[in-house]
Amino acid sequence: MTPTRKRRVYMILIIIMGVTTAVSLMLAAMNKNMEFFYDPSQVAAGEAPVDQLIRVGGMVVEGSIVRTSNTLLTQFDVTDNAHSMTVSYTGILPDLFREGQGIIAKGKMNDTGQFIAAEVLAKHDETYMPPEVASAMKNKAAQP
Amino acid sequence: MIPELGQLALILALLLAGMQCVLPLIGAVTGNMTWVRVGRPTAYASGLFVLLGFIALTISFVQQDFSVVYVATNSNSLLPLHYRFTAVWGGHEGSLLLWTLVLSMWTVAVALFSRNLPEIFLGRVMAVMGLISIGFLSFMLFTSNPFQRHLPGLPEGNDLNPLLQDIGMIVHPPLLYMGYVGLAVAFAFAVAALMEGRMDSRWVKWSRPWTNLAWAFLTIGITLGSWWAYYELGWGGWWFWDPVENGSFMPWLAATALIHSQAVTEKRGAFKNWTILLSLSAFSLSLLGTFLVRSGVITSVHAFASDPERGIFILAFLGVISGGSLALFAIRSAKLNSGGTFTLASRETLLLSNNLIFSVTTVMVLLGTLFPLIAEAFNWGKVSLGPPYFGFMFFIMMIPAIALMPLGPFSHWKQDNARRWFDNSIWIMLLTLVGAAAIYAAMMSFSPELIVWTSDDFLGKAWQFLKPWLGMVGALWVMLMTLKWTIDYVRKARARNAPLSRGLLGMATAHFGVGVFLIGVTMVISSSTEKDIRMADGESFDVKGYLFTFVGTDRYQGPNYLADRGHFEITYDGDYVSSLYPEKRSYLSGGDIMTEAAVDAGAFRDLFVSLGEPLTDDRDVWSVRIYHKPFIRWIWLGGLIIMLGGILAATDRRYLSRRTEETSKTVPERAVT
Repeated sequence: MTPTRKRRVYMILIIIMGVTTAVSLMLAAMNKNMEFFYDPSQVAAGEAPVDQLIRVGGMVVEGSIVRTSNTLLTQFDVTDNAHSMTVSYTGILPDLFREGQGIIAKGKMNDTGQFIAAEVLAKHDETYMPPEVASAMKNKAAQP
Repeated sequence: MIPELGQLALILALLLAGMQCVLPLIGAVTGNMTWVRVGRPTAYASGLFVLLGFIALTISFVQQDFSVVYVATNSNSLLPLHYRFTAVWGGHEGSLLLWTLVLSMWTVAVALFSRNLPEIFLGRVMAVMGLISIGFLSFMLFTSNPFQRHLPGLPEGNDLNPLLQDIGMIVHPPLLYMGYVGLAVAFAFAVAALMEGRMDSRWVKWSRPWTNLAWAFLTIGITLGSWWAYYELGWGGWWFWDPVENGSFMPWLAATALIHSQAVTEKRGAFKNWTILLSLSAFSLSLLGTFLVRSGVITSVHAFASDPERGIFILAFLGVISGGSLALFAIRSAKLNSGGTFTLASRETLLLSNNLIFSVTTVMVLLGTLFPLIAEAFNWGKVSLGPPYFGFMFFIMMIPAIALMPLGPFSHWKQDNARRWFDNSIWIMLLTLVGAAAIYAAMMSFSPELIVWTSDDFLGKAWQFLKPWLGMVGALWVMLMTLKWTIDYVRKARARNAPLSRGLLGMATAHFGVGVFLIGVTMVISSSTEKDIRMADGESFDVKGYLFTFVGTDRYQGPNYLADRGHFEITYDGDYVSSLYPEKRSYLSGGDIMTEAAVDAGAFRDLFVSLGEPLTDDRDVWSVRIYHKPFIRWIWLGGLIIMLGGILAATDRRYLSRRTEETSKTVPERAVT
């Protein structure tokens, strides 16, 4: 091999190694940070894994919001019109969190079947419905 | 009457854009120079009519013409006058109009300042800009007409989204669009070069100032967005890896790779393929970003006014624009020769690594952002990727980027030796390691909670322990090396009595800005304090030595809202620091609730207070959010400095020369050190 070729081969090898490392790291990071979405019916059917970071979502049920007076713990139910489930959250809820609003909660199921949210997302647009929630509700509406 | 005139103006603008697109192309093929020259005047005219359309919509807002559907949806009789101007781009239709207006302004600017370019080339650039303009104008007129009437007029409007009733929203979208859309210029130059089949380094030289300028605007647009999210969303975060944020970040990453690749192509004639490909992808990613924001296909906390149907149009347009240009590239790329050769240790290699790192990072963000769609397509269920994915990957990717960045300016083109780099940087390297350790030790003494070691998750803890130090090392390394380079450069130029190059100074400024940004990020990530607590009137809470006392709340009426205003007194060691008045507003029009955080900003720390919600009926106990954010201003200061660097580089004397380009057929291929 001529020296120029040799250099080129080295350069290409370095690039391939770098890109491979980056891609494998990326796949590993993807694997570790996947957040699956479950609707309340799936949770009711026991499909949601325990102690694993997941997203749940649905519409906040009217009259289901319970606040405690001396901590920041709030409990509320979300529904997909077929089943509903209770979400517990300690902290400050977003401004647009209210009854009848479609929300997504990120958190874990504990072993007693309660969902403990680490984060509650509501949109900055009162007519907005998260795509996951919209499709979950549509599916349930289609089934009699 | 005014809305109809606006509508008419947009239709005329569309027709003119059609002429701007078609005639120069036909002229270029048939050799009819009169037709080629039509590009510029039609661009002026089309731009003028888009501006008139924009003014018409603004007048409708100021006059509160609620018979216009868009005005009725995004305004309200109570809306203060200054927000009526910004309400123009508060929704989907108006955003599109702003997008189109910005595109027209860029086109007019290119037509004005590029008169020294060969006529056929400029004609083709105008044609491509015209094509993009056609896409957006017809999108607007056929699917999202801002002037659509609702007769009889509505008595009252719906109101502008309260989140957008803010100074940050007045400046953020226009600047962001300046960046987004400015990348269309680099795109048009690349496509024009491809059409011409003459892909040497000439067109890159012409394209560089525009790309730098667009990149600078994009930088400040993203920075402002981050700042706005920080105080207006009430969460006190500065970046969330939200799809909409990623939508603006991907073009920035691609454009960052592009401006570096352009340097190589212009100076050394290498990387021609790359430069073209990056020019095409940067703008395609802008369109993709627009699609993500406008379509709402992916859950995002701040996708405003989304509508999937309309998203399809943008997606189709994206297909035409990027598919078409890539096909052209595929046809032409065989004609590209690979250009200048270089050795392993050279500036070209360093810039190549920049390109690789930023391209891979772009793909990384792109895959992560589109992951929910990909998963859906493959039936993997409803999955999304959490922010830790982006955070981790970005951190990993930036390690080599930061390590290599300061070496770039020091290195020689074509052939250098690694030994010289080492000699040049060894003292700075040592100084960096020691300095970072010292700063780290100081940080530890302020935040002793960082050194609490637990036996479980030892690795995680070690990582947490190492990360701030690494961040400091990176920041100091970049800043000190850049300073050293600047001093060396200025001294050498003085000695030779040579003028200073704004291009190089701009580069140094931007690199230094990255260091400032890194300090901010490192400090915020490693030693912020965030507390969500319950506070009753008169209670106090201590955060990092700052004592926050909740004096109480009162209610007051704003121009279009009712507010609970909290009053906090902050002291440090018994000394008064400041009083903060966070608000919880309830807008009268739709009952929207808005949190207005109160911030005591400082160079070295921000104190941030926002009200959650009243926990008792007589509103004397509230959930309260109290943050102590060290050095958070440095994040945005870094962004500002990076932008200044971009502007400085764009105004380099070499680009401003009025000399007609046709006389210089070839760019001298000399090595510049």
